[in-house]
Amino acid sequence: MTEAELANVIQGRPDFDVIAGWVQPGERVLDLGCGDGSMLRGLIDTRGVLGWGVELDDAKVLAAIRNGVNVIQGDLEGGLADFEDGAFHHVILSLTLQAMRHTETIINEMLRVGREAVVSFPNFGYWQHRQAILNGHMPVSESLPHQWYNTPNVRFFTIADFDDFCAERGILVRERKVFDNGREITEEHNFLGSIGVYRLGRPR
Amino acid sequence: MTSRDNGIGIVKAARARFEAPFALASGGTLPGFELVYETYGKLNAAKNNAILICHALSGHHHVAGHYADNPKNVGWWDNMIGPGRPIDTDRFFVVGVNNLGGCHGSTGPSSINPATGKPWGADFPVVTVTDWVSAQALLADRLGIAQWAATVGGSLGGMQAMQWTMQFPERVRHALVIAAAPNLTAENIAFNEVARQAILTDAEYKAGRRPVTGLRLARMLGHITYLSDDQMAEKFGRKRRPGSGSYGFGVEFEVESYLNYQGDKFAEWFDADTYLRMTKALDYFDPAAETGGNLQAALARAKARFLVVSFSTDWRFSPQRSREIVDALVHNGQDVAYAEIKSVHGHDSFLMQDAHYHAIMRAYLDGVLP
Repeated sequence: MTEAELANVIQGRPDFDVIAGWVQPGERVLDLGCGDGSMLRGLIDTRGVLGWGVELDDAKVLAAIRNGVNVIQGDLEGGLADFEDGAFHHVILSLTLQAMRHTETIINEMLRVGREAVVSFPNFGYWQHRQAILNGHMPVSESLPHQWYNTPNVRFFTIADFDDFCAERGILVRERKVFDNGREITEEHNFLGSIGVYRLGRPR
Repeated sequence: MTSRDNGIGIVKAARARFEAPFALASGGTLPGFELVYETYGKLNAAKNNAILICHALSGHHHVAGHYADNPKNVGWWDNMIGPGRPIDTDRFFVVGVNNLGGCHGSTGPSSINPATGKPWGADFPVVTVTDWVSAQALLADRLGIAQWAATVGGSLGGMQAMQWTMQFPERVRHALVIAAAPNLTAENIAFNEVARQAILTDAEYKAGRRPVTGLRLARMLGHITYLSDDQMAEKFGRKRRPGSGSYGFGVEFEVESYLNYQGDKFAEWFDADTYLRMTKALDYFDPAAETGGNLQAALARAKARFLVVSFSTDWRFSPQRSREIVDALVHNGQDVAYAEIKSVHGHDSFLMQDAHYHAIMRAYLDGVLP
């Protein structure tokens, strides 16, 4: 991957740097909803991981094959039954959780087939989103770019909601990073952060 | 663009003779044999652009183009192979071969048995996918191909493409395994057995003559399993033949007419002893049998990267069977891409011209040249 191409990946994926920092060379990585495979391509080229992706959409599967990525066409809503327990070091779900119906199933499945799950999502509690609601409109922003009538998102939740979700289910939050337009946020995460990136595991 | 649109144009078959006795998986030995094959495109100087096309049950070496003396005899995968087509003969050297035991010119039941001076017929040994791959390897040696850029096939051909990666791991860089399975299900073997019984119980076959009735029935049954329910509903529905009678047993529904036609056409030219052997090769194929039923262990030998393709309405070789191959490869940490193509054409989809299917093949093959 050229530097320009990598820059494109990073621009399209604000969580790329964080995720790249969490994976190690030689690790097995599964990217769920891998799209055109550019994040995987980036992780393979810059971090030397062994990568596979899952994608449902025909056009994206084709694009991922063009990118030379190990893409497997399949539907995440059905879970990850085809993969074995602990088959991967990291299972990534980047900016996709909010577009899935079976939230709990997919998180459980990620922690079954992977030793760690990496999840990123747009924070509905971001101050600009709250402001939009106060002004009487559904939020539209860089992290929630769609209109209410054409959004693929079906679950709207905040960083605080997701923290509660993990705590209630005994899911260990090993690390959490929060960003606002690419800038890391160090306080008032649920108010100032537009995207949360989590490294999850099961307590040993 | 005219020549491109017309495909590769005129092609010629060639023949290779192998004199050495050839040991078979069944324990038998063939006293030498011949393979008939075709090649398209040019083998490059590095000899690393060769693609082997493996054929399915009724296929053969005539994969693309047409013959000078018979322009209507177009290769069975002509929509896939040619200049500018997904398997691009401007870039790749493509080899099509008729398998051992076939009835299109390679040594098979209709060849002369040197021991008797008469056609082998029913005495021709049973051949397996591993035998075919061994024979194809001898042809590769003859053509100066140490390593295939890719082995490609659909259905029984996909099984060969996959078998190559396990039998000769160093000799395959990529395997394109289409509408295939790691082995046949009991239901699948059952269909094959009914087809074989149609031939074996035909009085003509027992008398050493051509079992036209049996071949017809075998093909009609097989043909049903290659199509999908949806496609049959769309193509025929409950339509009747105009002017056909009723309350009798003549050909009345369109689907009956179609199947009878397919059976007649096939029985005219296909060899019954070849049909018996092709279905047996399908039934016996089971690479995981050598590793205690563990497909992962069987595929672990492979060094190739894989593209696995299945079709949504294929119930004879269902997408789930392809997923078994994919999952075993992922388990092993091997490279594999998998596409499940939406298609109404059932198992036969792998032969059809479909824009997305062809785009997937083209995209994968773009990355195959070093």
